[in-house]
Amino acid sequence: MILLDRVTKTYNKNLGAALNRISLHVEPKEFVIVVGQSGAGKSTLLKLLTREERPTSGKIIVGGIDYDKLPDKDIPLLRRKIGVVFQDFKLLPNRTVFENVAFALEIVGVSTKEINNTVPRVLEIVNLKDKAKRMPVELSGGERQRVAIARAIVRQPKILIADEPTGNLDPKHAWDVINVLEKINRYGTTVLLTTHNQDIVNKLKRRVITITNGEIASDRASAQYTEKTPIPRERM
Amino acid sequence: MGRRRTTFGRIIRTGFVYFIRNAWLAVAAMATMIITLTIILFSLIVNATFSNQVEQITSKIDISVYLKDGVTSAQAKSFVAAIEKLPNVEDVTYLDKSAALRVFITQNANNDKLLAAINETDNPLPATIKIKPRDLNKMNEIRSLVTKPQWQKLQSDPISDSGERRATIDKITHATNILQRAGIIAVGIFALISVLIIFNTIQMAIFNRRDELQIMRLLGASTGYIRAPFVVETIIYGVLSAIISVLIINALFITASSSLQATSFGLLDISYSQLYFQEHYWRLLLMQLTLGILIGAASSVIATQRYLKFKTPKK
Ligand SMILES: Nc1ncnc2c1ncn2[C@@H]1O[C@H](COP(=O)(O)OP(=O)(O)OP(=O)(O)O)[C@@H](O)[C@H]1O
Ligand SMILES: [Mg+2]
Repeated sequence: MILLDRVTKTYNKNLGAALNRISLHVEPKEFVIVVGQSGAGKSTLLKLLTREERPTSGKIIVGGIDYDKLPDKDIPLLRRKIGVVFQDFKLLPNRTVFENVAFALEIVGVSTKEINNTVPRVLEIVNLKDKAKRMPVELSGGERQRVAIARAIVRQPKILIADEPTGNLDPKHAWDVINVLEKINRYGTTVLLTTHNQDIVNKLKRRVITITNGEIASDRASAQYTEKTPIPRERM
Repeated sequence: MGRRRTTFGRIIRTGFVYFIRNAWLAVAAMATMIITLTIILFSLIVNATFSNQVEQITSKIDISVYLKDGVTSAQAKSFVAAIEKLPNVEDVTYLDKSAALRVFITQNANNDKLLAAINETDNPLPATIKIKPRDLNKMNEIRSLVTKPQWQKLQSDPISDSGERRATIDKITHATNILQRAGIIAVGIFALISVLIIFNTIQMAIFNRRDELQIMRLLGASTGYIRAPFVVETIIYGVLSAIISVLIINALFITASSSLQATSFGLLDISYSQLYFQEHYWRLLLMQLTLGILIGAASSVIATQRYLKFKTPKK
């Protein structure tokens, strides 16, 4: 489903590579957790997958699409196939919660009737049904994060990329979100999740990829995950 | 098909929503557009009026050749035929002595004394050939034919187009050319300046929403889908501005003619301007609408361009 072959990303030649010769293979329907210290390159990895950033060298193939052969005009089509929870949410400030989630459906041409059906159901899943008419500034950090999650899953993508979707959440809500991710994973979506939350890593018992200084330090099932690689405490 | 219609409806609706939410920027962008379109319309009308005035003056210019009394009508006819052959001749009229007198009488109908003096004597007016040239800049050709000895000997006086008169004609043609060129250049400069200002205003409006554009981009919205509402928004500016500019010019004419009772302003013949405006009302409105829509659409397309590029978004 996701294939990276010796991918390097250098933002600034003077600062060295953010990612250095990363090779990685993720099977369809897999659930993968990416961990690593702040600045290790986790978000960079995810941004390469959504074509928000381009690799300096190396090959990326996602869902059968070779990124080297992907013309710019088809990038929107690629992005519609991937659901993304951005680390900084990226909600549209001038639109309500409902409209933000609906927007993901609007751009692929879903009918208004269908939107009015689907969006409340998804807001229900993330526990935000009563805040549908709020603007993003009127929400708490955790609530915004949940809007971002609702927006990412509303299109039922084949691949879901979640960049620290639990970063601003208390343990209860964090687990609610993880449960949602596990659920859509059970329905067949490939999930790629980054987190600093050690508890989640340990309890989920999924494949864990550790990135240190832009390189893959380890890649193994959670059961074998040891405490030798330090994971920073969850922020906030 | 249904999906496409849904999308189209959304784009139009979003365009209107943007327009309302950005009321202040809308006012700023429209103010510049209205000023520009008004100036363009005004210069157009002024230009049309001036060229009309110049045309009126130049169309009155002709060359008169006076024939001796002894010239037979056969001689006169062959002279006329020779002149008609010249490419730069628009029209030739031959007035024999009695016709010349008739014209003179009608032209001086109110001058009883003059008419009385003429009636007392024999017809003093010479037979006349009036030549209307096509191009005032190329009169030498006519002049050289008329002054050939063969034709010269039929003439009583030197032809009436010499010296001062020729200088006047030259001045007028010169002025026409300059006026027309200046008019075109002025309109061009105004259009350019306004496009720059409008473009800047819209760019500012879009700069404020660049994050929004980038987010839409990341969610997989196509270039057209993101851009179209902005284009709709600026087209609304263009249409409203065009209508308002025509209304402003209309109001100007109403005040000029009713309260000031003026028919001309300096060199400008206002009554002709007004006539021109009224006669071409729909065409001018259509032109203004086209201009407004083009300027609006072009500036929003260009202004959104840089935020829609697939490039690493710099933060
Ligand atoms: N747009 C950019 N331009 C230049 N350098 C960048 C850019 N984005 C990230 N970097 C650098 O690349 C490195 C990896 O950043 P990245 O955002 O991938 O880290 P991360 O693992 O997601 O960290 P965190 O856990 O804090 O989110 C960092 O050193 C960062 O400073
Ligand atoms: Mg990150």
